[in-house]
Amino acid sequence: MDLNPLTNDDVADILALLDSLPYDELDLETPRFRLTLRRRADGWTQSTQILSAPEPLAVGGNASASDEQAVTDEAAPGGEAGPPAGQTTTAMSHRRGQDHCRVTSPWSRAGAEEHGRAADEADVTSGEGDSEDGELVAVRAPLPGTFYRAPRPGAAPFVEVGSRVGADTVIGIVETMKLMNSVPAGVAGVVAEFCVANAEFAAQGAALLRIRADR
Amino acid sequence: MLIANRGEIAVRVIRTCRRLGIETALTVAAGDADSVPARLADKTIAIGSYLDVGEVVGAAVAAGAEAIHPGYGFLSENPRLARACEAAGIVFIGPGADVLEAAGDKLAARNHAVAAGLPVLPGGLVRAGAAGEIAGRIGYPVLVKAAGGGGGRGLRVVRDPADLAGAVAMGSAEAQAAFGDGRVYLERYVSPARHVEVQLLGDGENVIHLGDRDCSVQRRYAKLIEEAPAPRLGETLRVGMRAAAVAFGQHLKYQGLGTVEFLVDAGRSEFWFLEVNARIQVEHPVTEAVTGLDLVAEQIAVAEGRRLGLSQASVRLDGHAIECRINAEDPAAGFRPSPGRVTSAVFPAGPGIRVDTHIQAGSAVPPQYDSLLAKLVVSGANRADALDRLRGALARCEIGGVATTLPLHVALAADDEFAAGGVGTGYLARWLELETRPVRDKNG
Repeated sequence: MDLNPLTNDDVADILALLDSLPYDELDLETPRFRLTLRRRADGWTQSTQILSAPEPLAVGGNASASDEQAVTDEAAPGGEAGPPAGQTTTAMSHRRGQDHCRVTSPWSRAGAEEHGRAADEADVTSGEGDSEDGELVAVRAPLPGTFYRAPRPGAAPFVEVGSRVGADTVIGIVETMKLMNSVPAGVAGVVAEFCVANAEFAAQGAALLRIRADR
Repeated sequence: MLIANRGEIAVRVIRTCRRLGIETALTVAAGDADSVPARLADKTIAIGSYLDVGEVVGAAVAAGAEAIHPGYGFLSENPRLARACEAAGIVFIGPGADVLEAAGDKLAARNHAVAAGLPVLPGGLVRAGAAGEIAGRIGYPVLVKAAGGGGGRGLRVVRDPADLAGAVAMGSAEAQAAFGDGRVYLERYVSPARHVEVQLLGDGENVIHLGDRDCSVQRRYAKLIEEAPAPRLGETLRVGMRAAAVAFGQHLKYQGLGTVEFLVDAGRSEFWFLEVNARIQVEHPVTEAVTGLDLVAEQIAVAEGRRLGLSQASVRLDGHAIECRINAEDPAAGFRPSPGRVTSAVFPAGPGIRVDTHIQAGSAVPPQYDSLLAKLVVSGANRADALDRLRGALARCEIGGVATTLPLHVALAADDEFAAGGVGTGYLARWLELETRPVRDKNG
């Protein structure tokens, strides 16, 4: 408690002192923190680095669980589709689906429009033996995040393999930083396959599923 | 004190605890074991989720904590946590479970507001299959809102009856994920309108207000800029809203820090109750700047059962303060979240400048939590003074490694309409539309 990082008022007091001195930079380091104050033409800047290490409390066998362990503990969605009932940490395994679901260019303007943004973005993968049944079109993750197939745990998935979809049909949700982004199919057709499992992490632009587009 | 939260609010609470000589333990879930608040707290305790009441109370018991500060979000307005604290003999820094139930459930709060004589917008709970009927009664456009919590989650405007079912389903999903409660209700959508709120502090008997704040600069119902006091608000309206908020607090026998949010039609001098937030708010620093109070300290005092040390007459409101939320989102790419690692974090320093943050060079910004990185708070003798300071302060902010909303704040601080004061909740969306159109055109 004796070497606390400085408060805003402390910094203001130091700056008041520095203002009358011919120095343009102050570097203050203790075992707990490092504070750098710099004078620029337009005023002072500060950057702080807290150096003290966290002090985990030993409780039972759990208290010293590392990040990695904590993630692993959470990574069991139990097969239920839908976002977890609560703001829990999510599995971060970086599975991108089966080999035949190739990940091509990520979206460049993801999130620019609220809905229907997949419509002009869903790229067509041609030449995969689909001349009779229509082309396979990948629906891609608009953002990096957790893919959910249902609106809530226990609810029916938005779509299944074989479901008929229109361009505006919501096929799932990608959750990023607590924001639920509904993902529209972007093309009319029939769901052919899923490339990312429920509650799995999807990289931005990763194919979530593929739709055999109507001809 | 156990701090059951993360991010900048954890740092903020630790600061007051330090000042008051209170030892702190901090719960840390995945991705946060090495965070700045974890480094600042006296002890850390690993938990699986910030939303697990059992784990949080268990952590408090293990740490020997006498109190739990829940911050905002997560379990901050959860009556089960308040009850579990009571059962374990731990002080919950917030109102009692009954008040949390009344306030946290937006529908119950609406009913209490009516009982306390506050004006509310026409609306009602969505029961299975009955959304269309309620919306028809209210009149379009309607707003879909989560009954279980605030923060913009679950909110959707519906202008066309054909979009209602989809909006209710998505709103419900978002609400379920954020609050574990999928109930949604509908309310008339008023636009243009301003979002003004009144800060309350009560000890269970006496309730006072600590002035108002304007939070109209929002994107998709998420606040980006807040200020105190609300600019260009008629004195009658201001006095009326403050009195209404205090009446609501007295009706609930409010014990703790809370905020009553209003929707305001400044042109017509009308206001309506929106909701009450029974916790400390993200934007509390602007109120601290104009009152000179430490709201976390006040919160702790009343939670311990002490009488209010302040009377309404002793609360002095001086000057003007503005807060910018610096989020890990890329305003040039439709506000796409930008998780990652911070490589540099330089902030302005000087009189009238306060920065509340939990990031430093090397900090991780995990994708599973919200995107708030820092709050830049400036204050001045008046709004023009504060704005001037804001522009200079923003120019000295440099955050590397992740995209942030900083460039947006720089642009808004230079915008004439914002500078004039009193913009509505539609302001930012309109401004963004104008700003991004040339970019979209170029992209075809």
